[in-house]
Amino acid sequence: MRPMIRNGVRIDESFAEAFPMRGTALIITAPNRRWARQAAITMTGFATSVIGCGAEAGIDCDVDARETPDGRPGVRVLIFAMASEELQKQLINRVGQCVLTSPGSACFSDFKGADTFKIGDALRYFGDGWQISKKFGDRHFWRIPVMDGEFLCEGTTGYTKDAVGGGNLLIMGADYDKTLRAAEAAVEAMNGVRDVILPFPGGIVRSGSKVGSKYKALFASTNSAYCPTLRASVETALDDDIGCVLEIVIDGLTEASVAKATRAGLAAIINLGPRNGARRVGAGNYGGKLGPFHFHLKDLLP
Amino acid sequence: MLTLSLKASPPQRLDLSPLLPHLLAGKTAAEIAAIDISTTREKITVGDVFSVRAGSTDEIRFEGGSERFDGVGRGLQVGKILVAGDVGMDAGRLMSGGEVIVDGDTGPYAGSGMSGGRLEVKGDTGDFLGAPREGEMQGMAGGMLIVRGSAGQRPGDRLRRGTIIIEGATGDCPGSRMIAGTLIVLGRSGAHPGYLMKRGTIALAKPPALSATFVESGPYASAFSAMFARTLEPESRGAGRLFRARLRRFSGDMAALGKGEVFIPA
Repeated sequence: MRPMIRNGVRIDESFAEAFPMRGTALIITAPNRRWARQAAITMTGFATSVIGCGAEAGIDCDVDARETPDGRPGVRVLIFAMASEELQKQLINRVGQCVLTSPGSACFSDFKGADTFKIGDALRYFGDGWQISKKFGDRHFWRIPVMDGEFLCEGTTGYTKDAVGGGNLLIMGADYDKTLRAAEAAVEAMNGVRDVILPFPGGIVRSGSKVGSKYKALFASTNSAYCPTLRASVETALDDDIGCVLEIVIDGLTEASVAKATRAGLAAIINLGPRNGARRVGAGNYGGKLGPFHFHLKDLLP
Repeated sequence: MLTLSLKASPPQRLDLSPLLPHLLAGKTAAEIAAIDISTTREKITVGDVFSVRAGSTDEIRFEGGSERFDGVGRGLQVGKILVAGDVGMDAGRLMSGGEVIVDGDTGPYAGSGMSGGRLEVKGDTGDFLGAPREGEMQGMAGGMLIVRGSAGQRPGDRLRRGTIIIEGATGDCPGSRMIAGTLIVLGRSGAHPGYLMKRGTIALAKPPALSATFVESGPYASAFSAMFARTLEPESRGAGRLFRARLRRFSGDMAALGKGEVFIPA
């Protein structure tokens, strides 16, 4: 791979290979921002990867009280899964266990689509017959009596089958501190992009994986080519000046939003430069045969 | 826009329900003028009563009105009907879409059994607004019904779904036998609101004494009222204001199912 160099940062001539996912967006509101965020954080917890969590979820952005349906502070969350049935199950479990339970919360759809998932239409049964249905125009809401008053929840939410999961950047630096600094700068820039989430802790994953394992029970294992301690033992992808690698994974409602986030992240890393940040940026792929979406780094440079 | 200008006061009650955009589409002015709108053995056509000015039938405008104009917009599915004047009974009855605007008063049964669309009465309306007609099991089942003036007896009788806003006063028993849906009254409400209601929401800005079968369930605080206020504001600022104010909630009618609610200002 011939590196391109921008502000001293080597950019691999590589691409991130991403997959189609099902995705939807919700707005969660509460009496104040603290509790809106709390409900959103709880609902999107343990949702880093579909491999072990069933869904990938995260906070897209805060929503100003003037723009939420009920005029209270809100948070927009996105949730993704590979199959519609799984996403439906995850949505009901997560809204039911994490949003319904959170003090003062309400939950609204923020995605219009011909296909829909149930939210309130399923959770209404919690009301034990005391739930109240309200329909205005084409929107349908459920009021479910709870101990602090009422849980207001939209009946359904639209979803897209054209969501994109698994966009990524591999950030490589001289040491841990510099690499993390570059990754953090990229996360901050990418958080400003609408319609995407970075599902891993704080947006960053340190344990990238490859397909397959020496153990029969596992279908994924550590990305040995990018592990600095395995440089001497396996065929490595790392240069001698790289001491640490961190990855950012991106899920988005559209291909364009993932591309925009990748572009924003790349710009932030390049802007930081190699002295304080990353020396090299790459992307993960499987040779291009598995995923239909290819985000070439050379096309997304600032 | 197709315009029908009233020539003179009609000699009998008229059935104007054939004059709907989807029924008139593709018809010439002469064909429209030949439509029978009589309700007695004496035949009367559109051309006898109105001068017809042809135009797109998506929008039909009546210049001039009369309390003898029955069935205006009855069964409307799409498009818009405007009446510059009064109409008689059954305005917008059984409409499922589109919009009817009456710039005047209506007789009884306006919006009766409507299931969608929007009906606005800028003046007063008669008894049984949105209510079922004889033998029917349910009244209005969807859509938006707004009366800027006052309503007669039992508006919202057997309401099942949809929203009714009455900005003026009502006669007795608003929201009687309600099955569900929402009825909002901004003016003075007559006696026995929500009489035998099963489910649904009634909001009264100036309530009478509620019957003993409505039981107070305390001050009401929910995201619903703020959201509902936002939804209502474009249609009626007064209704939006009512839901932004502090409300007391009563459950009832305990003489029926008792899952309904009446909101009044705290």
